[in-house]
Amino acid sequence: MKKPPLLSLNRVSKTFGGLVAVNDLNLEVSQGYIFGLIGPNGAGKTTVFNLITGVYPCAHGSIRLEDSELTILKPYRIARLGISRTFQTIRLFPNMTTWEHVLIGQNFLSRPRLGGILPLQRAEEFTLREQAQEALKVLGLWEMKERRAVTLPYGSQRKVEIARALAARPKLLLLDEPTAGMNAREKEDVLNALAKIHDFGVTILVIEHDMRVVMGLCDHIFVLNFGQKIAEGTPSEIRKNEEVLEAYLGQEE
Amino acid sequence: MSSYQLDLLSNLGINILLALSVYCPMATGQLSIGNAGFMAIGAYVSAILTVHLHLALFPSLIIGGITAGIIGVIVGFPALRLKGIFLAMATLGFGEIVRNFFMNFLTPLTGGAYGFRGIGSIPISISWIWGWVAFFLLFFFFLSRSRVGLAMMAAHDDETVSELIGIHIVLLKVSAFGVGAFIAGVAGGLYAHYYLYIEPEFFNVWESIHMVLYVIMGGMLTFWGGVLGAGIFTLLPEFLRFLLDWRGAFFGIAIIGLMIARPSGLITREMLRVSFWTPYRKGVKL
Repeated sequence: MKKPPLLSLNRVSKTFGGLVAVNDLNLEVSQGYIFGLIGPNGAGKTTVFNLITGVYPCAHGSIRLEDSELTILKPYRIARLGISRTFQTIRLFPNMTTWEHVLIGQNFLSRPRLGGILPLQRAEEFTLREQAQEALKVLGLWEMKERRAVTLPYGSQRKVEIARALAARPKLLLLDEPTAGMNAREKEDVLNALAKIHDFGVTILVIEHDMRVVMGLCDHIFVLNFGQKIAEGTPSEIRKNEEVLEAYLGQEE
Repeated sequence: MSSYQLDLLSNLGINILLALSVYCPMATGQLSIGNAGFMAIGAYVSAILTVHLHLALFPSLIIGGITAGIIGVIVGFPALRLKGIFLAMATLGFGEIVRNFFMNFLTPLTGGAYGFRGIGSIPISISWIWGWVAFFLLFFFFLSRSRVGLAMMAAHDDETVSELIGIHIVLLKVSAFGVGAFIAGVAGGLYAHYYLYIEPEFFNVWESIHMVLYVIMGGMLTFWGGVLGAGIFTLLPEFLRFLLDWRGAFFGIAIIGLMIARPSGLITREMLRVSFWTPYRKGVKL
């Protein structure tokens, strides 16, 4: 891991009123790996995602993607730089089909000009649609492409969100509890898909509560508690870390 | 055709344009009850140009529309901060400002509350109106099958997520508001030069509410909804003439019944399901 990091958070803090949600946080995410972000409820994990993607303005510190400072950018600019995300509570467009979700996910890749209204960009559009097709197939959603996404089963809705994020061809994919509320089969489904996405060279940062998923999937794990990073390392290191066991896993022995 | 039928058809054409002018911002989730104001701007600006500056009709219509469009963009920016009923109230206020402006200002040119007379130097035929209708229908047809149309649908459904997947929400919403205002302005210009007489009272809140009703009745998820709504609102009262005094009441009941039976409007997106333009290559359809 000698390369410069893809994403780096440098002394990032965020307060809501008197509550310190994220406190002086440093993170480095390097290219090509799957990173886990874990911690007890209220540790500030989703807040970190919201800070990275620009949902919340960042009060202190700096967040950089490669050479770009993200804290001064609007959310749509951050997305266009190559960060896509999913949401803790599923947020799909109620009026759109699965297929349209993937197309809208890659929308900004289409050259923005007036010709976008007229069917003038056929070659480019064809390439984009092939990629959209691939995104759907990776997640096993191809058969459901014509259905309204909100009418799909819960597990598939989560996958539509991932497909929408993936369609933007992101450098960094942020997944907020991608297997929450899923049964064992659906979980395995999503994990296989994530492995495939990883094979495409997409760097993934994932918030997850299921320890088996985290330990099996991630190359490197950050542990958050009360908005602070209390540990980081490989899954086996995290498993042995005293502080983590105490704060998060509970003292089992 | 009798002049009654001609009038009805012209009225229908103008109402379709007005419905589209409300549909356009509504497709991005913005409810405007002030489009009679944009219509008034288009009507007065184009009439001033043809009557006092002796400009030809077509450039007058365009300038009227563009003036309305520019003011629409200016109104569109503060409108970004407002949602739902609050935006409706703000646009309603805007419409009233415009009406009162033409009531009290520029009166040497427009006649103020006495009405704007003498527009008759260039009477227009019905084909003028339907030419514009055809143009805008074509525009919305292509728009609805494009990625821009898809982005508008996304903004309508969930603004926060739209922005997080890279859609420039401000640009999209303000443009939609401006284009809607432009269409209303052109419709106003056509109105002035077809009926040859306008007064500020024509462009009151009730007119704006009518336009919104066209879209809500017809279905607000596709531009065909507004077209159908305008058609029903214009033609149905004519077919109900045999009911004599009960006509208005029956029409009201029909609206209520329709909203109960089809709360999301007559035409839904599911019904059309023309998934937008698909490219072909090597015989492969994606």
